[in-house]
Amino acid sequence: MSALQAIGVEVRARDKVLIRDISLEVMPGEFLAVVGPNGAGKSTLLSALAGDRQLAAGQVLLADRPLAHWKKADLAHRRAVLPQHSTVAFDFTGLQIASLGLLSHRGRLSDRQIGALAEQALTETEALAFADRPYAVLSGGERQRVQLARVLAQCDADPGRLPFLLLDEPIAGLDLAHQHAALASARRRVDRGLGVLAVLHDLNMAARYADRVAIIEDGRLTALGPTRPILDPERLSTVFATPIVRVEAAGAVAFLSPGGNISPRT
Amino acid sequence: MIAQASPRTIPLFALAAAASVVSALCIGAFPVGFDQLLAAVGLSSAPLDDTTAAVLYAIRAPRVVAAFAVGAALAAGGAAMQSLFRNPLADPGLLGVSSGAALAAVSVIVLGEKVFHIVPPGLRPWCLPLAAFLGGLAATIVVYRIAAREGVTLVGTLLLAGIAINALASAGIGMLVFVADEQQLRTLIFWTMGGFGAVTWAAIAPALLVLAISIPTLLPSAHLLDALALGEREAGHIGVDVERLKRRLVAQVALAVGAGVAISGIVGFVGLIAPHIVRLLLGPAHRTLLPAAALFGGAFLVLADALARTMVTPAELPIGILTALVGGPFFLWLLAGRAARGNL
Repeated sequence: MSALQAIGVEVRARDKVLIRDISLEVMPGEFLAVVGPNGAGKSTLLSALAGDRQLAAGQVLLADRPLAHWKKADLAHRRAVLPQHSTVAFDFTGLQIASLGLLSHRGRLSDRQIGALAEQALTETEALAFADRPYAVLSGGERQRVQLARVLAQCDADPGRLPFLLLDEPIAGLDLAHQHAALASARRRVDRGLGVLAVLHDLNMAARYADRVAIIEDGRLTALGPTRPILDPERLSTVFATPIVRVEAAGAVAFLSPGGNISPRT
Repeated sequence: MIAQASPRTIPLFALAAAASVVSALCIGAFPVGFDQLLAAVGLSSAPLDDTTAAVLYAIRAPRVVAAFAVGAALAAGGAAMQSLFRNPLADPGLLGVSSGAALAAVSVIVLGEKVFHIVPPGLRPWCLPLAAFLGGLAATIVVYRIAAREGVTLVGTLLLAGIAINALASAGIGMLVFVADEQQLRTLIFWTMGGFGAVTWAAIAPALLVLAISIPTLLPSAHLLDALALGEREAGHIGVDVERLKRRLVAQVALAVGAGVAISGIVGFVGLIAPHIVRLLLGPAHRTLLPAAALFGGAFLVLADALARTMVTPAELPIGILTALVGGPFFLWLLAGRAARGNL
């Protein structure tokens, strides 16, 4: 079975428990959105699934093998990761950064092929205009689109062999049109067999693009299932401690938050 | 828009480096004509008298070769260090790698005689570069441990750690100067000032051999060094075994800088200036940066050494003074720019 699985995962920073006893799996061909309040442990879960964290308990398996048993280069052929904030040292250009997504394919692909795939990915994220510009001079949203192009290029280098893409708040800092474009890019690849796990803050986007949703609260997985029943307004109001109502308009589902507080669950 | 160049620009740098070597071979207290130089390498039938031949083969050639090798080593080592620390201010001299290497080398000069009798005579020339390598390695590891936390380098801490190591190393060198005898003192002055005045083929051969291997072996890692610019975590995600790469880089930097220091003592700022100027001209990709910076650094030191030995003939300026005259203001200019952008 070629799933990406977390089994009873616990991560600590010094003595503080960041996430505990989380078990979930991402299958190829599904889009799993992870939602929850700030500081709940969503990014920690994503980095554990990426293999960046020491696990205090449990394990993360890719195709039934613990991540630690994979060689870095083989892992790069099986999953791509878009972290939340990325700084780049020195004046590398958009094209150079996107090309780095294909690093583990050097040798198999020529420089020309790598450049072409990187340009194709930059075109998809509407970042081709930044191909020759240094990363440092780009705005936050423009940088995000260059980084997204890097992981999309990594996904497309060998279609079919790279089954998982982990996105940590991929649309933070993007305008609405680019938010849709970014998630639609991920969605298209899901329909071709890629498994996506994305940490999202926008419930509307989760409702629009995800097949399944996981809710993380205070380091625990408190709900996991198909998008529609999980994104229940009553549940969401409790989770986020503010009233949330669900409306359907123009064929889409939207969650509105009129403001105010709800006393947290006891 | 920043300049981005393909590896095709490397021959231009090679040409400029060759020109600097040729002119440095000709210039000096005893001028050598270009036709005599050609004759010396068998490319011309012009008559070559014994004195000219001796000056070229025994004095000037080893000196120019040594200056080129040390410049290339410091520049390539500097570029690799800057990639490792993700910071353009990481210079082997500023961070104490050079003075760590120098302290170890000076220890061998002053204290080595007591243990030399157990070293086979054939291996003795290797003691100095080996000690310099180990000293440079220790300094690099200490700076990295202090300044890099979870893959993020704190610039202020980095430079302060360098200051501390430089201070410790010069205290150590000062102690050794105190206990050294006359003969050793003469050697030590050359070490602390830096220079190529005492270079002979026999003395530099082991270190040259180390450099001939350690500089080119950086090149295959060029794309991995690019990946480090994304951050250590991100480099891991695209398939780089970051821990292994870092261990290898630290060793390669210490080898290059240590061997360089073994030849010439401490020569500052080359590792800062050469990569920086090449990045401005050709962009940061290491496939062009590493060879271009090595050629630039080599040519820079060859010309600086030619100046050092001709400006005040028959005396010689210590080359470290010349590189510091160029490098000091350059470093201040870099610092001021970064401070203005709140980037320190």
